[in-house]
Amino acid sequence: MLDDFMTRALLAGLGLVLATGPLGSFVVWRRMAYFGDSTSHAAILGVALSFAFAMPFYLGTGLVAVAMALAVAWLTGRGQGMDTVLGVIAHSALAVGLLAASFIPALRVNLDAFLFGDILAVSKGDLGWIWGGAVVVLGVLIWRWQRLVTASVNEELALASGIDPGVERLILSLTVAITVAIAIRIVGALLISAMLIVPAAAARAIAKTPEQMAGSATLIGALSVMGGLWASLRLDTPAGPSIVAISAVFYVVFLTLYRK
Amino acid sequence: MSGALIRASDLSVRHAGADQPVLSHIDLRIDPAEIVTVVGPNGSGKSTLVRALLGQVKLASGRVERLAGLRIGYVPQRVHIERAMPMTVRRFLSLPLRVSDAQAAAVLERTGVPGLEGRQIAALSGGQFQRVLLARALLNHPQLLVLDEPTQGLDQPGIIAFYKLIEEVRAETGAAVLMVSHDLLVVMRASDRVICLNGHICCEGTPQVVSAAPAYRALFGAESQGTLALYRHHHDHDHDHVADHVHGPDCAHHHHA
Ligand SMILES: Nc1ncnc2c1ncn2[C@@H]1O[C@H](COP(=O)(O)OP(=O)(O)O)[C@@H](O)[C@H]1O
Ligand SMILES: [Mg+2]
Repeated sequence: MLDDFMTRALLAGLGLVLATGPLGSFVVWRRMAYFGDSTSHAAILGVALSFAFAMPFYLGTGLVAVAMALAVAWLTGRGQGMDTVLGVIAHSALAVGLLAASFIPALRVNLDAFLFGDILAVSKGDLGWIWGGAVVVLGVLIWRWQRLVTASVNEELALASGIDPGVERLILSLTVAITVAIAIRIVGALLISAMLIVPAAAARAIAKTPEQMAGSATLIGALSVMGGLWASLRLDTPAGPSIVAISAVFYVVFLTLYRK
Repeated sequence: MSGALIRASDLSVRHAGADQPVLSHIDLRIDPAEIVTVVGPNGSGKSTLVRALLGQVKLASGRVERLAGLRIGYVPQRVHIERAMPMTVRRFLSLPLRVSDAQAAAVLERTGVPGLEGRQIAALSGGQFQRVLLARALLNHPQLLVLDEPTQGLDQPGIIAFYKLIEEVRAETGAAVLMVSHDLLVVMRASDRVICLNGHICCEGTPQVVSAAPAYRALFGAESQGTLALYRHHHDHDHDHVADHVHGPDCAHHHHA
């Protein structure tokens, strides 16, 4: 069954939305969109390093993304503005990554696959990384759910309940980093944060509680993956952008139907 | 002397980068079942005092002792809830500890907003929201309720109703209440003890004692002038140059020509 490229693509996409549905909701609640975007751009440096040192690129991108999350947390903890720190680190990493890529012939011809994704080419090995990462992210979110939601509602209320908002913030940054690493093969560095934000933003219109929003975002993400793959097969459209475009349609429809 | 829920001795707080301490040499205790209200102009350190007592800010000197295992229900001054997050009143009450539907219904009834469970937090009026915050603070059967300007944004009848509610809660549960307030007229009627703060404790005692104290009158004008006097004081503050503005021992302000 896994020998069919379409089945593998579908499983990869569904694995990814298990993580991006709930995590994307936090990204929307906490206005971390720019963080997600920056981390995924920085991941290109991780891809280049992986090629240079011949390691699995999930490892390379994961390490770079995690390093960036930690650096951002450390610098903002020292009073630097979040926007500026992200802008400097992420874009420097992207620039250096693109420079490095130009010196690695194998990556040079493949670069598009990492910028725009290539879900139709995922292997069984990719599936292992993607599902492994998604299960870890989802597991961490479920484990810390009450604390993460409380800290996202209001940091002072969280503090008074014995929750350290800084710890929860760091946990979300690290799960975003892991998600970037597993998503880059599927939708590409340019569209990862769209996978986080668009389904969650669409779910916002129909949800009454945080849990409903996380669940609906996952469902919308899953339907978008199926629709995107169908379009790609039937209409020969690029798969990653098709998935995101269908999420965007959900967003527009829900916003018009359920505007509050 | 023992039996206090919270006791602060010689407490001072200095915010990072500020050369003057926000609070200096505060001695304070809160006993079971008493209603203590902190009054003072904007920026006088009321919220900082509250957060220092809760252990949320670093002390420059002194110490805060809390009764072991003290259960505190806290309503911070500014609770902004992100609109991007869908949140019903019912779900909000279960953060971070889950409570049963029956508990949620009972506590909403108690705070005068029964049946609000299904409403979105973002769609509540100011008064309803404050009552929901109070309800959440009451859920873990607090021995001490800490309320930082809980009547902000309420109209006069709303303020009076809110204080009445606080007194009822105290009578029923025996919880002590530490409250920050601007509503001098109501405070004087509803508190057992008033602490008048302006970076340090200017005066404290029963409402009668405090309202007769020269320091209090110097800070707020006559009680009858209420919030008007408070506004004037704040206004003075804005236009003062630091060098012209010193506190006398009695908290009155002496302006040098
Ligand atoms: N985190 C902080 N960092 C620096 N200064 C602060 C901080 N919080 C409060 N302040 C300053 O401390 C003073 C007292 O603030 P606050 O306790 O909020 O006063 P109040 O609640 O009486 O209005 C103000 O001048 C305020 O600007
Ligand atoms: Mg305050």
